[in-house]
Amino acid sequence: MAYKESDLFPTQVKILIAGGFGVGKTTFVGAASEIEPLNTEELITAASVGVDSLSGIEDKSTTTVALDFGRITIEQHEIVLYLFGTPGQERFWFMWDELSAGALGAIVLADTRRLQACFEAVDFFENRGIEFLVAVNEFDGAFHYEPEEVRAALELDPRVPIVMCDARDTRSATSTLRSLIRHLLAAVPAQSA
Amino acid sequence: MTVAGDDEVWLDEEAGPLIRPYTVSAGRTHPTVKLDLVSLVIAIAQPPRGMDPEHHKVLGLCRNPISVAEVAAHMRLPVAVTKILLADLVECEAMAMRAPSTTSGATDRVLLEKLLDGLQGI
Repeated sequence: MAYKESDLFPTQVKILIAGGFGVGKTTFVGAASEIEPLNTEELITAASVGVDSLSGIEDKSTTTVALDFGRITIEQHEIVLYLFGTPGQERFWFMWDELSAGALGAIVLADTRRLQACFEAVDFFENRGIEFLVAVNEFDGAFHYEPEEVRAALELDPRVPIVMCDARDTRSATSTLRSLIRHLLAAVPAQSA
Repeated sequence: MTVAGDDEVWLDEEAGPLIRPYTVSAGRTHPTVKLDLVSLVIAIAQPPRGMDPEHHKVLGLCRNPISVAEVAAHMRLPVAVTKILLADLVECEAMAMRAPSTTSGATDRVLLEKLLDGLQGI
């Protein structure tokens, strides 16, 4: 190869923004991203998944899963951070292994009016060993719960941070990302420091 | 059996669904080079003669390092199809790529410190 990869490219990292339908994932990605959120889609064969919720979808059918994503460029360190909002079609993004493979971590957005909507995302990251935090998106008119009440309702491990955020606000979204990075740093074994 | 009857059977269930986007990739469904959503690519040379207009369009998007996901979004093609086009261009050395690292970086303290520092200023 006549060129060095590191001369041509920055380091790329990926964080997932998950949570139930309508919880503000796209809004969060848009608030944090330096570009207008982009949208792409993937074709997924549903054959390998035997979940009852796929009723109505024929075996071996192919479906389309859309996702929104944004980008934050950290020029001084030559890092590009990609934020992927997990697709709105709840049951399908779990089939997209590539989305979670190699992810630095995840932010699970929660709406206190419908906490159960983020159970699946919490389970998914717990099972995969992907570090995450729960960010309560404080919707206007939603009853305010204390973080520990949210923790109890979600049966969250005491290690998992819970933060409050406003997904519409760039500073709040960025602050939530920093909280996730701090959580990841705290989880790094001391010997690799 | 009539000719019309033959027409009916060739498109049976065994054939699988017909998906229009794969016409762009000449029916191929797997890229020849491993790429993922955040693999970065950059155009480094003119493509050889005979490449499709889609290949040229993809190259035009890649003057600066850009991720596979972004190329797919701008091309309005599924990620899988975009990867096939990109892999063609990598194979003919019109494009360079940086594969994502095999680890997530979640335990890379130096990387995490840099990220935290970079996110402070926003």
